[in-house]
Amino acid sequence: MTPLSWPQELTLVVAKILLFFTLILTLFAVMTYVERRVLAFMQFRLGPNRTGPFGLLQPVADGIKLFFKEEFVPPGADRWLFVLAPALSVVTAFLAIAVLSFGGSVTLPAWGLLPGWLQGREVALQIADLEIGVLYIFAVTSLGVYGIVMAGWSANNKYTLIGGLRSSAQMFSYELALGLSWVPLIMLAGSFRIPDIVRQQEGPLGLLHWNAVVQFPAFVVYLIASTAEVNRTPFDLPEAETELVAGFHTEYSSMKFALIQMAEYVNMITVAALGASLFLGGWTSPLALLPDSPAWFVLKLLAILFLFIWLRGTLPRFRYDQLMHFGWKVLVPIAALWILVTGGALLLMGGGAVRP
Amino acid sequence: MIDAILFYVFAALALGSALGVVAQRNPLYSAFSLIVTLCSLSAIYGLLGSPFIAVLQIVVYAGAIMVLFLFVLMLLGARREEAPARQGRALPGVALALVALLALQVASVILGAAPAAGTPGFEATTRKVAEVLFSVRFLYAFEATSILILAALVGAVALAKRQL
Repeated sequence: MTPLSWPQELTLVVAKILLFFTLILTLFAVMTYVERRVLAFMQFRLGPNRTGPFGLLQPVADGIKLFFKEEFVPPGADRWLFVLAPALSVVTAFLAIAVLSFGGSVTLPAWGLLPGWLQGREVALQIADLEIGVLYIFAVTSLGVYGIVMAGWSANNKYTLIGGLRSSAQMFSYELALGLSWVPLIMLAGSFRIPDIVRQQEGPLGLLHWNAVVQFPAFVVYLIASTAEVNRTPFDLPEAETELVAGFHTEYSSMKFALIQMAEYVNMITVAALGASLFLGGWTSPLALLPDSPAWFVLKLLAILFLFIWLRGTLPRFRYDQLMHFGWKVLVPIAALWILVTGGALLLMGGGAVRP
Repeated sequence: MIDAILFYVFAALALGSALGVVAQRNPLYSAFSLIVTLCSLSAIYGLLGSPFIAVLQIVVYAGAIMVLFLFVLMLLGARREEAPARQGRALPGVALALVALLALQVASVILGAAPAAGTPGFEATTRKVAEVLFSVRFLYAFEATSILILAALVGAVALAKRQL
């Protein structure tokens, strides 16, 4: 394969960014509908079913409604930060997508409308394969707190302030467990790169090689910590409506509210995609007989997203002290111990998989 | 070419936001400006070919320490700082000393030996940082630091416990 010149490289990257951006936005719109429908069925209701066939046009209707609602900035609010906060939330949410691997690589067809230099070329379904991979996601998600803190403080309202404080404390605490749950996988793969971690889970026994099986405690810690990290039930204390009206986004309306919602869903998709790659073997097939394909990745991603909705329909909300106890005194020690166990096992089996 | 443009963009951003940290009257604005400074510095580390250092900069400073700063500011109820009525008499002296220090630093950079063109700098990839950090030379200091941090942690908990 001839190497690409830099304008070609740039075109390819921009095309990938546009593609993944639209895909994620579409998934966001679909998720708002699916979540409401699935929750409704779990609670023996019907959910939105009036707009279009089966209510499928509901996201469009929601979008139009939010777009034409009154844009309101409460008096006494800090205008600058109040407007900046939703934008910051969305930007940090979308930044994390850059290193996500959407399922290995595909070989483009050698025909059709594609320019000649792209035909028959193998293209990785990842925007940037950074050497630091998952660490980048860790860094970007840790910046996501600021959008919420800013929103909470700038609205000049007690409920939003308490919501903002709660969420920063919560995200801060569970980030630790989240990061620690990745460490054993990084030790096994000997690399921070997401594709390397996925390849490490390949094997003749299919799904028995997945980190969800081999690294079961880390998987459980990851699922719980990531649910808390994206502020979803049972960890949705920042917006506990019985206590805080709507938490940090109480004062937001119209498109600013829509942006905050978008950031939440995009974070959820990121976390699910990461779980599918790191723990469920990404694009590798669950049965050794079937071929590996990006379709597996999409299936795993949707399965984790469904799990999030399922949790929301099932579990009651934590109390705040329970949340902190659970994060610091249960999850973090389990994750740390498991790192020790993995390290010991690697030593016994001869040094682990350090890549040259 | 692109590297140079990006460098100047982030350098300008870092300087501008650093000025903002000092010039803002509202402590919360200062804190947010500092976050922008830290993030631009991280981008510059990335441009220098040290992605690991870049990420550490964000995780440790922008992600962890600044959250605590904001926490304190928000809990204490940050008020707009009013300009003190009487400027300290030492102020011109301090300003002069700082300007002199800056001039000295700029001069040392300009007059100092510039690295010959084409000499590769130390690219702090994860592997290289790990190799240096866990080499015989630094391993002892590294482990001693971690014990020091642990001791500080225990101390902080002990102090806070008395208050509770």
